[in-house]
Amino acid sequence: MTPAIPNLLSIVTFAPLFGALVITVLRFMARKDDEAIIAKNAKWISLWTTLITLALSVVMLAGFNRADPGYQFEEHYSWFGPVSYHMGVDGISILFVVLTAFLMPLCILASWESIKERISEYMIAFLLLETLVIGVFTSLDMFLFYIFFEGGLVPMFLIIGIWGGKDRIYASYKFFLYTLLGSVLMLAAMLYMVNVAGTADIPLLTKFAFAREVQPFLWFAFFASFAVKMPMWPVHTWLPDAHVQAPTAGSVMLAGILLKLGGYGFIRFNLPMFPYASEMFAPLVMALSVIAIVVTSLIAFRQTDIKKLIAYSSVAHMGFVTMGIFAGNKLGVEGAVFQMISHGVISGALFLCVGVVYDRWHTREIAFYGGVTKLMPHYAFVFLLFTMANVGLPGTSGFIGEITSLTGAYKWGTWVAFVATSGVIFSAVYALTLFKRVMFGEVVNDELKKYPDLSLREIIIFTPLIIGTIALGIYPAFVFNITTASVDQVVATYQAIIGG
Amino acid sequence: MLTAHVAETAHSLAPAAQAVLSPLSSGMATLVTLCVFAPIVGAAIAGFFGRRIGNIPSQFITTGLLFVACACGWYTFIQHTWGGMADFTVQILPFINIDGFKSAWSIRIDALSSTMLIVVTSVSSLVHLYSWGYMAEDPSRPRFFSYLSLFTFAMLMLVTAADFMQLFFGWEGVGLASYLLIGFWFHKDSASSAAIKAFVVNRVGDFGFALGIMTVYWQFGTINFHEFFPMIASHQGQTWEFLGQTFSGLDLAAFLLFIGAMGKSAQFFLHTWLPDAMEGPTPVSALIHAATMVTAGVYMVCLLSPLFEYAPVAKMIVAYVGAITAIFAASIGFTQNDIKRVIAYSTCSQLGYMFFAAGVGAYQAAMFHLFTHAFFKALLFLGAGSVIHGMHHEQDMRKMGGLWKYLPVTYAVMTIGTIAITGLGIPFTEIGFAGFFSKDAIIEAAWTQHNTPQGMFAFIMGISAALLTSFYSWRLVAMTFHGKKHWEHAHDDHHHEVIDGHDAAEPDAHAHDDHGHHGHDHKPHESPWVMLTPLVVLAFGAVFAGVIFAPYFIGEKAHEFWGHAIFTGPHNEVLHEMHHITETWVKLLPLAVTLLGMALAWYYYILRPNLPKKMAANDGPVYNFLYHKWYFDEIYQATFVRLTKILGDFFWKVLDIKIIDNLGPNGAAWSALKSAKNLVKTQTGYVYHYAFAMFLGVVGLLTYVFWMVR
Repeated sequence: MTPAIPNLLSIVTFAPLFGALVITVLRFMARKDDEAIIAKNAKWISLWTTLITLALSVVMLAGFNRADPGYQFEEHYSWFGPVSYHMGVDGISILFVVLTAFLMPLCILASWESIKERISEYMIAFLLLETLVIGVFTSLDMFLFYIFFEGGLVPMFLIIGIWGGKDRIYASYKFFLYTLLGSVLMLAAMLYMVNVAGTADIPLLTKFAFAREVQPFLWFAFFASFAVKMPMWPVHTWLPDAHVQAPTAGSVMLAGILLKLGGYGFIRFNLPMFPYASEMFAPLVMALSVIAIVVTSLIAFRQTDIKKLIAYSSVAHMGFVTMGIFAGNKLGVEGAVFQMISHGVISGALFLCVGVVYDRWHTREIAFYGGVTKLMPHYAFVFLLFTMANVGLPGTSGFIGEITSLTGAYKWGTWVAFVATSGVIFSAVYALTLFKRVMFGEVVNDELKKYPDLSLREIIIFTPLIIGTIALGIYPAFVFNITTASVDQVVATYQAIIGG
Repeated sequence: MLTAHVAETAHSLAPAAQAVLSPLSSGMATLVTLCVFAPIVGAAIAGFFGRRIGNIPSQFITTGLLFVACACGWYTFIQHTWGGMADFTVQILPFINIDGFKSAWSIRIDALSSTMLIVVTSVSSLVHLYSWGYMAEDPSRPRFFSYLSLFTFAMLMLVTAADFMQLFFGWEGVGLASYLLIGFWFHKDSASSAAIKAFVVNRVGDFGFALGIMTVYWQFGTINFHEFFPMIASHQGQTWEFLGQTFSGLDLAAFLLFIGAMGKSAQFFLHTWLPDAMEGPTPVSALIHAATMVTAGVYMVCLLSPLFEYAPVAKMIVAYVGAITAIFAASIGFTQNDIKRVIAYSTCSQLGYMFFAAGVGAYQAAMFHLFTHAFFKALLFLGAGSVIHGMHHEQDMRKMGGLWKYLPVTYAVMTIGTIAITGLGIPFTEIGFAGFFSKDAIIEAAWTQHNTPQGMFAFIMGISAALLTSFYSWRLVAMTFHGKKHWEHAHDDHHHEVIDGHDAAEPDAHAHDDHGHHGHDHKPHESPWVMLTPLVVLAFGAVFAGVIFAPYFIGEKAHEFWGHAIFTGPHNEVLHEMHHITETWVKLLPLAVTLLGMALAWYYYILRPNLPKKMAANDGPVYNFLYHKWYFDEIYQATFVRLTKILGDFFWKVLDIKIIDNLGPNGAAWSALKSAKNLVKTQTGYVYHYAFAMFLGVVGLLTYVFWMVR
């Protein structure tokens, strides 16, 4: 199949980078005293760049052949040695590309007024981040993947470190340390793999049968990197700090996209390339997943900081993803992919909800708030909707991911499903308690009366997220139709190997 | 009286191939689609545009659409019952389809769902109408009506589901509506706490429900009812591994699903949310927490009768839980002083009746009681609402009394409702109020199983609960409408005095409806006609629903009426046997205990009104135990709630911060950070340098490790 636009995938990937370059050039060309104009231009260029990227990714999705489980929109140029510029998307990765392109304009809009310093640099960092993250999902060469994967750390590190809150240095450091540690192990494994297989091409590596004895080492090296990114318990403690310190849009990208890199990696590398090790380590992953679901839900319940609470809830929700993937059956893996997409929308929206009140009152302390519903009814509706989606209420996308991954896990082991399902109780406890403490009750704090309900800009940000959550909740086939062929192939191959 | 048809049901297990229609393919399909979706249209209009279009249009649109739905519902029911219309399913949109885990948004029409359609739409439209008066002074009326209609939609989706996923959608959807409506007056802390409690306790039930669905799916490879039911018989005796134990597969699935029913229908252990749910406005209590939502559990067990019939252990558990709840809730009911809470416990107890009916195999009787109960319980609640409205938000019965003169219509309909719930009627004839037909049928059904322990237990509990029901129901009437007028002096006194040895300032007594209208100096007044009309309509139902529908639900036409919707196993002839009970005393006993309860209530609360006060003042252990609701809330608070907090703090402050962080990043990060700070000061570098140095170090280390491995 030939795509209507040649090299569409590369265009989608690098369009944001191009936007970033334009901003940079304009910045150098402008005089120093034009700071306000530079900032304004930077914002508009970023918005248009991200919107165009979104449009292009939608064009790509429209031209995507759902029945084909393999890679599409492929581009292949040899680079040096075993490394090549190989790009392509399948039913699993294309949705993450679209998700990234979908969240990005919202991030730009969310930063429109809240970022006041170094605006053009901020926009450049975000556009760079977009290219790098999309690159992770589109690259089919292991080293290319690695470059994008690690490169993505840098802009995120800068976003937290420069535009973050008051403990931003500690947070960005913790973030960097954790993720780096895992990445290094992964790099070593990659070097070994190229040595053995003689190629860095992901589709070829997937077919290459690595010796049973080395699989555990390789599996574990990749696992270390992806587990930190997810993050899985107990390597999750960087996440609450990073979220709390990150600016709103940074949190949206972190929760919405960066956390999905780990899950994506598990499906792309661990499961197909090291099936024996995956089966061998599945009990470990399952144990960590259910611990994450229960333990971090309980922790979330005790938080006094809104953002920390949602960050912990993210860890719990990612537990469903790892659980679904290593259940190794169709329901589990499809559920995991769906859960990642859905959580991208929901957690992004929840962090934007926090941003709304943070922009107004500059505090995330739950105790500061109370009775906000009375003052901001529109906001109350939005926040309630996403709280319910987070709780996994049927009719929202949150439910679909949970029930399918749980059902998949049930087949793997009833204990796993049993403990993980109890997570639906705890999530209701912490999410509704948060909603009550912030939104219900009398307005005791007069400070709260100072600001109005959602602005038009904020309503524009939330509208697509609301539509997405409900649409995927009622008609999840929007996602499943695209993922099924590719996931089924991964699962069938996996089961054939471990079964045989 | 009953034909031999019932026994035949056993052999007609496999339902005839069912028509699957699209929404516009026939008039009937369009009609039922309209019935289910009209309420959500109203909810959306009132919810999103309520403030723009105003209160009256919002009320008018939601209520109007509900009456449309009600008309469609009745038309469907009439066509199905008398018009010879066959069962069918309307398929609207595919929902999920992975590996046989297949669901579609559907409207399933059979005897069960069409019965529920009329119950839900009738009560809901009347409650909508009633709320015009009851909520007249509330500033957020569009929101209220929007929630009510949203609830109705979710409930209709629940009852018309053709597979477990949609059932679960409706199940949690009504939970959401319940949460929103209990917490409708969200400025009150007690209301928002009660809302959370309702949601969370229901989630405990849903935890079992979800596991039950998974168990069904992996055993049968389907979650669609029409595919699932015919397979059940062939799975008899198969075992299933769960949590390392081996169970009978069917019993396990049925039991897990029943946990969901226990949560939704507030059965023993999971009942604690229901009394607190009375924080919501009274019309909500009538619609959701009496007539419809809480009966969803009973509905589910009846719908799954093909499963429960082959799950003897689960069925036995249903019977025991139902019987225990019936007596337990009734025992609490007769010590409570809040008018709404008395009715709430009464609901809980009546739901227990329905469950043990299903548990002994009389699903038809369970559904019949569900049907009649909807009328008289909605009537009692709305009547209580009328009293509260007339008493200016007073809910404490100790501050009422002598109201019959001031609220004559309310008094009349409440009396009818009380006669209906206590089940007065003349044995061996067809003369009696609604409860007489349905409740006596349940007790008789239990008696037919008296040779089994659960049957005997259910029978004894059913009779005892009937005595208590009669007592606390008439106690309510006596304390509210008769005796001395306690409101004349107490009214301007805002403090709750110690009236009967118990400080009324405990949370229970504070659960007053507060709808923003104040008039302490007025006398109690009768409610406006918009409130009284629904009461009168429901009163008709409370009187006649039994005598009209008994032949269809449990009588000679039952087999034809239920069709394939309710399945009874090869040895289940309860429906047949209960009409051939030879023991006369079994038929007379319910009436006897009802009259006894009535006499006792009359003696204690009208003749000797000081006796109960003295008993309460004595503070006896039994009284305290009942008054404090068997201390369930206290126990749950001290165990589950406390444990959750302690564990949460431990995992966070000890495990995350002290152990993980100190072993991991802080060891390295802090030291690096300290020197980084110095370096930042001296302008020679930034933290990246350290990261890079670390990076190199780790690379070196790993190269070494891998070298060794190779």
